[in-house]
Amino acid sequence: MRVLGISAFYHDSAAALVDDGEIVAAAQEERFTRKKYDARYPRNAIAYCLEQAGIGLDKVDRVAFYDKPFLKFERLLETYVSFAPRGFASFRMALPLWLREKLFQKPLLVGELKREEPGFDWENRLLFSEHHLSHAASAFYPSPFARAAVLTLDGVGEWATTAVAIGDGRQLAIHKEIHFPHSLGLLYSAFTYHTGFRVNSGEYKLMGLAPYGTPRFVQVIRDHLIDLKPDGSFRLNLDYFDYCTGLTMTNARFDALFGGKPRQPHELLEQRHMDMAASVQAVLEEAVLRLTADVARETECRNLCLAGGVALNCVANGKVLREGRFDNIWIQPAAGDAGGALGAALAAFHLQGGGERTVQGPLDAMKGGYLGPSFDQDEIERRLTAAGARFTSLDQEAMLETVAGALADGQAVGWFQGRMEFGPRALGNRSILADPRNPATQKTLNLKVKYRESFRPFAPSVLREHAPRWFDLAVDSPYMLLVTTVAEQHRKTMTTEEQALFGIDKLNVVRSTVPAITHVDYSARVQTVHRETNPLYHALVSRFHALTGCPILVNTSFNIRSEPVVCTPEDAFRCFMGCEIDMLVVGNAVLRKQDQDPALRVDYRDSFEQD
Amino acid sequence: MIKSFVVEFWGFLRTRRKYWLLPIFIMMALFGALIVLTKGSAVAPFIYTLF
Repeated sequence: MRVLGISAFYHDSAAALVDDGEIVAAAQEERFTRKKYDARYPRNAIAYCLEQAGIGLDKVDRVAFYDKPFLKFERLLETYVSFAPRGFASFRMALPLWLREKLFQKPLLVGELKREEPGFDWENRLLFSEHHLSHAASAFYPSPFARAAVLTLDGVGEWATTAVAIGDGRQLAIHKEIHFPHSLGLLYSAFTYHTGFRVNSGEYKLMGLAPYGTPRFVQVIRDHLIDLKPDGSFRLNLDYFDYCTGLTMTNARFDALFGGKPRQPHELLEQRHMDMAASVQAVLEEAVLRLTADVARETECRNLCLAGGVALNCVANGKVLREGRFDNIWIQPAAGDAGGALGAALAAFHLQGGGERTVQGPLDAMKGGYLGPSFDQDEIERRLTAAGARFTSLDQEAMLETVAGALADGQAVGWFQGRMEFGPRALGNRSILADPRNPATQKTLNLKVKYRESFRPFAPSVLREHAPRWFDLAVDSPYMLLVTTVAEQHRKTMTTEEQALFGIDKLNVVRSTVPAITHVDYSARVQTVHRETNPLYHALVSRFHALTGCPILVNTSFNIRSEPVVCTPEDAFRCFMGCEIDMLVVGNAVLRKQDQDPALRVDYRDSFEQD
Repeated sequence: MIKSFVVEFWGFLRTRRKYWLLPIFIMMALFGALIVLTKGSAVAPFIYTLF
């Protein structure tokens, strides 16, 4: 049975194809349209999934959409009714949108699917899954566990913002939920908004900012904003939030509580913003730890699966792991709404279609997260030539030697290989790589390559077999979703003077032998590199290790600020020509910046939107 | 399209046992149509008073 999963119309639309329970392909629409977080119907992503499987839509048995529009509308309606007459401005903005399109998502989907296959029998083939069931399915079914507790946390789906489910074999059932407007995701988004980042995408920046601050507002948040119960359930005090009735996340009372108005994106970050980030991060971690403790107690499961946007908070995930309530934790790499497409397809296959589930030993079913398009060497060369690139094609051994040498010499390398990753993280197939030992790497990459805020840390890719010697990490973290600390023996003791530094000033202090990936609190968002799932990337890090004695590379997604991660060789070449990357490697084709035609340079610096 | 939408929406209200949403939905659809049709702010106070 083949099922096509679709998520769309809110943010980050995506498609995924499942064939008898096996994940064949999955991709986000933004990668094809080059519009970050593209929420439109994922026409290109669907076309890619079908092409990857070598079939047309007529060979797909079911199409599953990741949430239920009527239920969402019910929530909208009831929220407006319960707050009326407040909320009219928001109502006026939202209603035309709903009346024009959102209420008619089913006819819209049917229309789009009929363009692909005129005889598409929607009455029997189009299914709608609940939002949190989609998240839960995306976390449980691909996990390596036969039985697991599943916790999903996000801003809001239809009604649910938090859900606890139990998965057993092919069965998966939600046991309890917390409903809108009480939401950990929206609490975090409120602080994202107030500190001047974009809601729904800037949350990870807030998380990166937190270690620069002091959590001096924790008690204020606990006293005024959230009533956190011992079992992890919670209620928000809506007197301080505007999202039910207004057009912003927070209101004047919230501003008064934290001593200032929301920061505008062009304004400088102050210590107050860092302290707010540290505080809400601490509260979120406390809430998640209480929730997971309760889930462990109630379900008596030793395995935990996580999904939903909040599950991308890898600092909180790391704390859940260290708390030790569960033996194993598995987090869906596309934990946000894009992963809902995959979850909806898997839920349709296992729950609605009764398809059996097989757990494949210690490996999960995500194929390393490499579920997107790939290009063979001939096609790469053809495309690069057409784009005007000047390159040399080497055999694989020589290519690996060249790249490892360039990295060891301090060059930043664009690395484009195999199938594109599904989810927000680049995992070594669409990555910019650099030497983590170089103290200047973080600043150089942020300001000259990614053109983004200098406070943001970079993540390490470490060979799995070496990970325990470099990080306080005893488990696999293949999807860069666990934060841990750099091992004691690799840390550098800070002088009293350095310790006294505050905020961003801490950034320039060399804190370990791998400073580019060591955050100011010695933390690192680790990706363990596995020979089984990505042998080529494993081979590259191994070469670098052989040259330098360091089994780690800096790994950041291959894009610049406000652009989606590159998808095609042309995207990679354009990005290469628009930033200060020294070398680009696409398949076995090696491109050096100095060899390229200067007329093809692209200047991105003034073209940023808020991301 | 409208017919199948109405049938489905009615089915949804029945399943959820939320018949009380129907008059509100009709009111909202009317106001919404007004907003969409007028495309301006001139009717806003009128609607606000009614709401």
